[in-house]
Amino acid sequence: MNQPTPPAATTPILRLADVSKTFVGTNALQDISLEVHAGQVLCLLGDNGAGKSTLIKILSGFHAPTTGTMEVDGEPVVFKSPRDASDRGIATVHQFGGTFPLMSVGRSFWVGVEPSKGRGPLKWFDKKFAGEVAVREMRSLGITRVTDGNRLVGSLSGGERQTLAIARAVYFGAKVLILDEPTAALGVKEASHVLRIIMQARAKGIAVVFVTHNVLHAMMVGDHFAVLIHGRKADDFHKGERTREQITDLMAGGEAMAELEAELDKLQAGA
Amino acid sequence: MSAQLSEARPQAPSGAAPRPPSPLSIRGLVYRPEAGALIGTLGVFVFFAVFGGSKFLAAGGTASWLNVAAELGIIAIPVGLLMVAGELDLSVGSVLASSSMTLAIVSGHWGGPMILGIVLALAAGVVTGLLNGLLVTRTNVPSFVVTLATNFGMAGLTLGLSRVITGTTSVGIKPDPASKAVFGTLIGGQFEVAIFWWLAVAAVVAWVLQMTKYGNWVLAVGGDPVSARACGIPTERLKVVLYVASGFGAALVGVIQTCLYNGAQVANGQSFVFNSIIAVVVGGVLLTGGYGSVIGVILGTLTFAIVNQGIYYTGWNADWASFILGVLILAAVLMNNTFRRLALSARAGKKA
Repeated sequence: MNQPTPPAATTPILRLADVSKTFVGTNALQDISLEVHAGQVLCLLGDNGAGKSTLIKILSGFHAPTTGTMEVDGEPVVFKSPRDASDRGIATVHQFGGTFPLMSVGRSFWVGVEPSKGRGPLKWFDKKFAGEVAVREMRSLGITRVTDGNRLVGSLSGGERQTLAIARAVYFGAKVLILDEPTAALGVKEASHVLRIIMQARAKGIAVVFVTHNVLHAMMVGDHFAVLIHGRKADDFHKGERTREQITDLMAGGEAMAELEAELDKLQAGA
Repeated sequence: MSAQLSEARPQAPSGAAPRPPSPLSIRGLVYRPEAGALIGTLGVFVFFAVFGGSKFLAAGGTASWLNVAAELGIIAIPVGLLMVAGELDLSVGSVLASSSMTLAIVSGHWGGPMILGIVLALAAGVVTGLLNGLLVTRTNVPSFVVTLATNFGMAGLTLGLSRVITGTTSVGIKPDPASKAVFGTLIGGQFEVAIFWWLAVAAVVAWVLQMTKYGNWVLAVGGDPVSARACGIPTERLKVVLYVASGFGAALVGVIQTCLYNGAQVANGQSFVFNSIIAVVVGGVLLTGGYGSVIGVILGTLTFAIVNQGIYYTGWNADWASFILGVLILAAVLMNNTFRRLALSARAGKKA
């Protein structure tokens, strides 16, 4: 509302209201409220164990929330399976691309939505088309080194696998793209490529949920930020409202970081 | 904020993509799971052609290993499909025994119509497969344990029921000419009609695995079950169907053997449990799933059968056959691993 960049008056594509998730005895998530808008990048920040994975699993239909509600385009929804989420245009890409290392690029791209040729019981999987589309879509996201749809996914680099998974989601009309630590396992060059792809998806009007613990990466592409600590939303702010140090301190638990610095100083002085 | 992608890579502009290697070229073959298996089959064939001499190469010699391969192949192909999907089936031995005893008891001991016996025998396989599939998908107990249990359970059930019903463990049967012709003839006095059943099973399963979306599902489930489910594949139903197919294959061999040998014994078939796994693994299927082909399983089956029978043509003591098989399995699996690594590192755009 106080932000000039996004037209905030629109209905969010995805809205979570007071979502909590309890696993036998532990509160994994407590009262999380979030809004995800088209053409914006929401960065979910948090340390390991902060509840990011649980939140992703709720968004992508693997878990149902214990309490709280979810809305897609203003309509309340209950996801019973990942299929339900993907039917509503929510696509999740996991850290290692979530693809199949020993399948070909073309096969992997089309798992679950295989294109077919022919008719009746003799319908067959159109592998040539599958491979061509996969290669073309990766190319449109800047991967030019993959030219053969028969190549095994496991022979691609980490960034190429991420790109394959994102290309797949975009091609099948994802409206919300959830990226789970897409840059965590990548080198500097490949990570910057993935960040570029995030901006490309954003420009296409896709809502991107970028889950990361890398504050620098988040600040480069994010429009809106939410910080999770111990299953609670500790902060929620727009681009430019916090400095990198503020965010890092918050994620690490503020004083913990200051303590660490002091301790490190002492060690250095002693050495 | 702009989303242009000006790739800084020193690459040819789009459009001038290097041509992917043809599947028939040597580099194309490396992509295929059966690359190692082909070398293995050719290797053992040449080996026994040299040491086994003309008798091995004559019709009689060829028939001896083709017959072994056919019976094993009918079981190994659906078992291989299951292994591509990441599951094992160790129950095929007892399914074979129970199917052949069912046929022999219904149509031999009780004198019922052949067709009834055959249908019930095949149904025994389907039901066991269904049971395996449901147990594996519902309980999440590893399929190794589940099917090991059903293998023992079915063996006991077959033995117990046979003894109660017939009082013996081996039952004779006189198949009618039609059943004999379809399941148990020797063509030219040497070649089992099962060879054609094997080819038919291979053709159907190869089509399904390579050319249909279901084949893609099988590969995906074996490769990464969680991602496969996330992509909307009904992973549990798929596995149940594959177990039913595996049970059906073993039961079909039970029917074939009963018609061929005019009788059934409760102890039949246990050798198929491990032999089918050997054939599948030698054929380049990854034991943990996600990788493999029907051609590979066929080649693995042939390799097994050639070694199994070829030894008798060399004039050497046949006691050594198992030793050769053991060495061969290890060599084949190591070779398959090498080829898989090659396939994973094959960079299509790179100059070799």
